[in-house]
Formats: sequence, C-alpha cells, structure tokens
Amino acid sequence: MASKRPREAWASRLGVILAVAGSAVGLGNFLRFPGLAAGNGGGAFMIPYFCALLLLGIPICWAEWSMGKYGGLFGFNSCPAIFGVLGRRPIWRYLGVLGLLIPVVIYMYYVYIESWCLGYAFSYLMGEINLGEDPTKWAEESKKFFADFVGSDQDGLMLDGKLHVSVVFWLITFAVNFFFIYRGLSKGIEKFCTWAMPAMAICALIVLVRVLTLGTPDPSLPDQNVLGGLAYMWEPKPLKPGDSVFSALADPEVWMKAAGQIFFSLSVGFGVIINYASYLKRRDDVVLSGLTASATNEFFEVCLGGLITIPAAFIFLGAAGTVGGTFGLGFNTLPVVFLHMPGGAFFGFIWFFMLFLAAITSSLSMLQPAIAFFEEGLDLGRRASVAILGMITGLGSLFVIFYSKGLVALDTLDFWAGTALIYVLATLQVILYAWVFGAEKGHRFAQQGAEMRLPRIFTFVIRYITPTYLLVVFGMWAYKSLPGYVEQLGEGGVPLLGVLLIGVIAIFLLILVHIAGMRWGAETRDTSGPEELPDFSEEKQ
Amino acid sequence: MSPGGWIFMLASNGFVLGLLVFCFFKVLAKPRTAGRLHAPSTTDTGDEGT
Repeated sequence: MASKRPREAWASRLGVILAVAGSAVGLGNFLRFPGLAAGNGGGAFMIPYFCALLLLGIPICWAEWSMGKYGGLFGFNSCPAIFGVLGRRPIWRYLGVLGLLIPVVIYMYYVYIESWCLGYAFSYLMGEINLGEDPTKWAEESKKFFADFVGSDQDGLMLDGKLHVSVVFWLITFAVNFFFIYRGLSKGIEKFCTWAMPAMAICALIVLVRVLTLGTPDPSLPDQNVLGGLAYMWEPKPLKPGDSVFSALADPEVWMKAAGQIFFSLSVGFGVIINYASYLKRRDDVVLSGLTASATNEFFEVCLGGLITIPAAFIFLGAAGTVGGTFGLGFNTLPVVFLHMPGGAFFGFIWFFMLFLAAITSSLSMLQPAIAFFEEGLDLGRRASVAILGMITGLGSLFVIFYSKGLVALDTLDFWAGTALIYVLATLQVILYAWVFGAEKGHRFAQQGAEMRLPRIFTFVIRYITPTYLLVVFGMWAYKSLPGYVEQLGEGGVPLLGVLLIGVIAIFLLILVHIAGMRWGAETRDTSGPEELPDFSEEKQ
Repeated sequence: MSPGGWIFMLASNGFVLGLLVFCFFKVLAKPRTAGRLHAPSTTDTGDEGT
C-alpha cells in the first residue's frame, strides 16, 4: 500500500459509471459534435465516427479501465504510480506525469469556460440577456455580449479596478469544484454526478421536445422547419457541390476529424479514467462498466446533441446560422436562437444550466488525479492537497483570465495540453497496455469480475489496429496543425508564456514524482525488472 | 428529409439508444451489483461452534 490512510472507494456501481460518463460528457457533446458532423458530410460523417468509436474509443476505454483497476489493486490511484506498476521501469513513472499534467492544465481554462455557462444561465434567469429590438442586429449584439462577458476584446480583465462579472462567476465555479473535491470521491464526486447526470438528461430532453415541436416558426420561410433542420444535420451531403453524397468518406481529413471527436469526447488519454478505475476492487467489473459509460456519453452526444443544436440553429437562422466552432455556436448563435424561440428565456436557462452541469462533472474529474497523487505520493492530507492544487490551478486560471484578448491564452493551453499531449498520453497508454504489460495478460485481467465477455478480437485490435489508427490520426493532425502553432511560439508573447507555464508545471510535477518514486520504488517493483505479478484469477478469490 | 437522411438518423440514434438500453439493463438487472459496488463481507469470524 502506498499510504496508511484509509483508501477511498466508490459507494455504488452506478456511481462510478455516472462519474466516468460525467467526466466524458462536456461542452463538446452538445456544441462541437453537431457542427462537425453537419459540416463534414452530415449523415455520412457517422460512418467514420462509429468506426472510430469501435476501433479507437471503446478499446482505449477498456484498456484504461483495466490499467486503473490493476494499479488500484496495489493500492495506487495516481497515473505515475500505476504506470510504474504496469511498466515496472522507473521511466514509466516519469511518463505517467502526463496523467497529472494534462487534467491540471485543462482545468485551468476549462473552469473559466464552465463559469461562462453558469453566467449565461444566471443571465437568462434574471432576464439580463437583451440583444435589442432589431432582429437583424441580434447576431452582432450576441457576439458583443459574449466579448464583453469574457473580455476577449483586450487583455487585463479587472485592470480597470472593477470586479468583472465573469470573474465573479469564475470564483463561484472554482469554489464549487473544490468544495466537492474536498468532500472526497464518494461523498463529493460520486454523489454530485449521481444527481447531475440525470438532471442533465432531463434538461436536454426538455430542450429537445421544444426544438422538435417548433414546426415552421416563420411561415415566410417554409424551408426552415423541424424536418429541414434534421435533414441539414443527418442527410448525407457532399463536401463540395456536385460531388457524390458520400464524397466525405473519401476525404482522410473527415476520418481524422471523426477520430478526434471520439477521442476527446470519451475523455481517453486524459489520465482520468485510470484514476477513477483505480478505486475499484478485485471483483468489480470493468468491461460492462466501461461500455456503459461510453454508451452514456454517446447518448448525450448523438441522441441529444445531434438532435438539438444544429436543427435549432437551422430552424431560426438557416444554414448560415449553423457554422461556427464550439464557442461560436454555443455562445454567439444559440442566444440568438433562444431569442427567436417562444419561451426562449426559460429554455436558454435550462440549456446553459445543463451545459454548466456537463462542464462541472468533467472538471471535477480533472482535479481528482492530482489530489490522489498528492495524498499517496507525498503523504499529504486532504486539506493540504486541496490547498496546493487550488493554488496551482488558481494561478494558471488567472493567467487565462488575464490574457483574455482573442482568448489566445485559452487556445494555447487547449492546443498543447488539451490536444497534443492527450495524443501523446493515449499513445503511451496503448503501448504500455498492449506491448509492455501485454495485451493477453490485460485481456485475462479485464475478464476477472467482468459481467460481459470481452470480445476476443479486442486483443488484436488494441495491439495492432488502435495504435496504428492513433498514430495515423496523430500524424495527420500534427502535419496540419503543428506548424502554425510552432510559428506562433517563435513570435513570443502569450503563446510562448502559455507553453512556459505548461513546462514549469511539468518540471514541478516531475520533481514531485521523483520524490514520490523514492517512496514507491519497492512497492511498484519498477526498479527490479520484470517479475510475476500477483495472480488475481477467480480461483484465488 | 430524404430516405438517406432518415436512414442515417434512425440508424445512428437507434444504435446508440440500443447500446445504452442494453448496458443499463445489464447493469441494473443485478440489484446486488447495481446498488452496491462490493459484495458483502464474507469474513470468517471464527464464532461457529464456540
């Protein structure tokens, strides 16, 4: 055991499933997926999407659940220690630092985005979102409202000496997150997710019913109706006019985008599932639980996100209203949609409150890996762990808030930690599970306590297909996106500061992992070479 | 909406909903594991026969 303090554990099976699903369900399910699908072949996009789910997403999920549970049986909950147990070489402990770095850095900007959702929900509740009387200017006013709210026009939010409204919501959101983290795994995270996930589903279903019963709101625009909105989202359509409706399938970039969406949507490569699964016990199932958490995430993404966001935008704004990235669609377009919609203030509140719940169930999962590491690696108490993590993430978050112009700081952290490093960690995890630990051994271990049979083909897929798929997608992404961001670094300024911030945190965590490693060495057996690990077979239970 | 649109919408949503229902049915069908994660303790207290 890594620590003599009583180990935390999940109180119920449903709780751990909802907590993992809550970690996966976020803004991307409702704002990124629909725009991506509609803009990349509509219904045809779902073919590469489901291929990626079956060959990339679910296999990595199962691998992470198994790795986490395995490390947990040795009494470890943090990614560096679990990597040490699985890899049995000190280098794996240091590589495992990514499982702490990534969620911590993502939390720094994610909590700010989360606070926008809370701020928008509150503004709808108080009737404060007023875009004027002229509908032709609503789109412009909505953009202005968002820019004022997040301070994207200039750096130095709060330098005018006033407590900016978005900072107030950030403080509230930050405090709520740490309140639940302080309460612990079962009483905090699990309890919150157990009511937040059903609440999210209810909120989304209310908005879905509203959208599907809109009919044709403007008789002068008969094409902009519910069926037209659904058709815009789901009909297979060519990427360029004149091409075949399935031309998207011949475009490698569409396959890359589908894989990327699955990857980020399921929260694989974050270090979060490994941490959550480490609190399972020997006889607990990982196969059915992992699949159920993934299916829950897909329900929120395909069945709710796919039927609400784009159809709603199309019904009121036409095809032109459906473009825009996650922020554009979520915080510029949808407020205009709600203004057009009968009862829009109520539905706007429900929608943004649901996004807030989706975001907070994700952000809580970003804090727990580091808390677990501080407790088991440095033998700190809960209060000290929470205080240290609060200070680190608070300073990082203030960096994002201060350099708010064009949201450059946020974008920098999202690119390097929230995208590039996630690909790296996911690749390392697959190599560790399939090649170092052994796919066969992993398969046997995953079957122990499993309530459904892990498909035999999983061993082959995780060993050959998943790493190849992952490396191809990673390579294509790097080829397309890296040069621009590397060039930005050469110009200095906020992007360089952002990367330096990530680097400083990484070095700090590496030092802590080194200190912790001296305590763990004997326990993880990662310095004495390969040896037989304890047999957890059914006969011994 | 064209037949292709209907097919993709119904197939995608049907697949995901079917998977979700199957998974939750299996999880919730076993009350012992659905409500409680860990089996009750089977510790031998050694009281028997004393």
